[in-house]
Amino acid sequence: MLATGIVFLSGGLLDPNPGLIFWTVVTFLIVLFILKKFAWGPILGALEEREKGIQSSIDRAHTAKEEAEAALRKNTELLARADADAEKIIREGKEYGDKLRSDITRKAQEEASRMIASAKEEIEQEKRRALDELRNEVADLAVKGAEKIIMANLDAEKQKGIVESMIRDLSENRN
Amino acid sequence: MKRLDVLRNRVLSRAFVFVLPMLLCLGGPAFAAEEGAAAPHGEAAAHGEGGHEKPGDVIMHHILDSDVMAFEPFAEFELPKIVIGGFDISITRHVVFMWLAALILLLVFGYVGSRYKSMSNRQAPTGLANAMESLVEFIRLDVAKSNIGEGYEKHMPYLLTVFFFILLLNLLGLVPYGATATGNINVTLTLAVFTFLITQVAALKAHGVKGYLAHLTAGTHWSLWIIMIPIEVIGLFTKPFALTVRLFANMTAGHIIILSLVFISFILKSYIVAMFVSVPFSIFIYLLEIFVSFLQAFIFTMLSALFIGLAAAHEGHEEGEAAH
Repeated sequence: MLATGIVFLSGGLLDPNPGLIFWTVVTFLIVLFILKKFAWGPILGALEEREKGIQSSIDRAHTAKEEAEAALRKNTELLARADADAEKIIREGKEYGDKLRSDITRKAQEEASRMIASAKEEIEQEKRRALDELRNEVADLAVKGAEKIIMANLDAEKQKGIVESMIRDLSENRN
Repeated sequence: MKRLDVLRNRVLSRAFVFVLPMLLCLGGPAFAAEEGAAAPHGEAAAHGEGGHEKPGDVIMHHILDSDVMAFEPFAEFELPKIVIGGFDISITRHVVFMWLAALILLLVFGYVGSRYKSMSNRQAPTGLANAMESLVEFIRLDVAKSNIGEGYEKHMPYLLTVFFFILLLNLLGLVPYGATATGNINVTLTLAVFTFLITQVAALKAHGVKGYLAHLTAGTHWSLWIIMIPIEVIGLFTKPFALTVRLFANMTAGHIIILSLVFISFILKSYIVAMFVSVPFSIFIYLLEIFVSFLQAFIFTMLSALFIGLAAAHEGHEEGEAAH
């Protein structure tokens, strides 16, 4: 071991060797330049491109997700609005229908009652006219009868009583 | 995994070689001792050439750089010596392993890069591309982005290259017949100097020359400058120095420990020690070394990113203060 130590110091472990330094420089620089051109360039380029590609994919995925969420929100909103609209329309339709029905019914009733009233009036008028006619007719008949009776027997007392009783009968019949 | 299997086979066969004579010679303790004395010599001969090498020499031989690619006991290759203008730029063992690492890196990442080029961004990477992507993504996010912050992209090529280069150099040292170039202080120093230069350039770009010089005074009164400036200048150099020594010492230490554990059995000339100390402990340290290879590559990259981030981010802080 002692011998090893002595050799370690004297054996040229730390000896400078310009030739080796020269060859190291030459070899290393040649390797560096060749690899830089043929290996590191393409490899690093590909790595960076892939990194960017992945980043942009993530970004795109995020935007797509946001867009989808927005669309979904919009759809839900639209659907809710459409629901509300439909409900409103149905309600309005129903109200209108109800109103229309009640209007029609009321009008029909009014019309009916009006027609009934006018019919009654007409009937009344007709009746009155018929009575007047009847009265005139009866008066004429009475006059003609009286004339005939008078012509046949001019017994004033008796005839008077006949006429009176006849008139009384007529008025009873009328009522 | 394959590498681990190779190691396990090696260790198992070695353990078997140690145990076999013991089982055969249970009857005669004296004979067993004789065997024990003879066996390490054979092993040592297989390791070092002379057969009379000290364990320390063998360890240093393994760790230090050399001009020989040795595949003991099969073959040895002399590496060419090159001297240009008085400078010795010989190809050494560590240079060869650096080139091997560079070659593997270029092949692997050339393939992965072409896969990415031909892939549309909707496709997921598969196989090797996927495995490498996880490491690249780790360096990008956990090392560069979290330490440098804004403008980390332009430092990515350096950080990635330095991480994979160091990682591969560390791991190549664990392969049989391999050598750890990152266990050589010249290599780690060079890499640390790269980080230092990038840090300084980043600081200069972020602060401007005036801000950079003002930073050296640490914002103190001018009468303190005579103390502050040397301290700050030393501070600039301690960071790369720490990087250098940390990587170098970690990689060297692991190998020294593994080899020392193996040599304990040769020094004590005992199968028992080999079976119950050397082999299990060196396996443990070996597994630890695999972890340390990743860890040190990560730490070097992490600290480089941190230093760059500190150098560049300081300005934002000051700007923030000025705005208040």
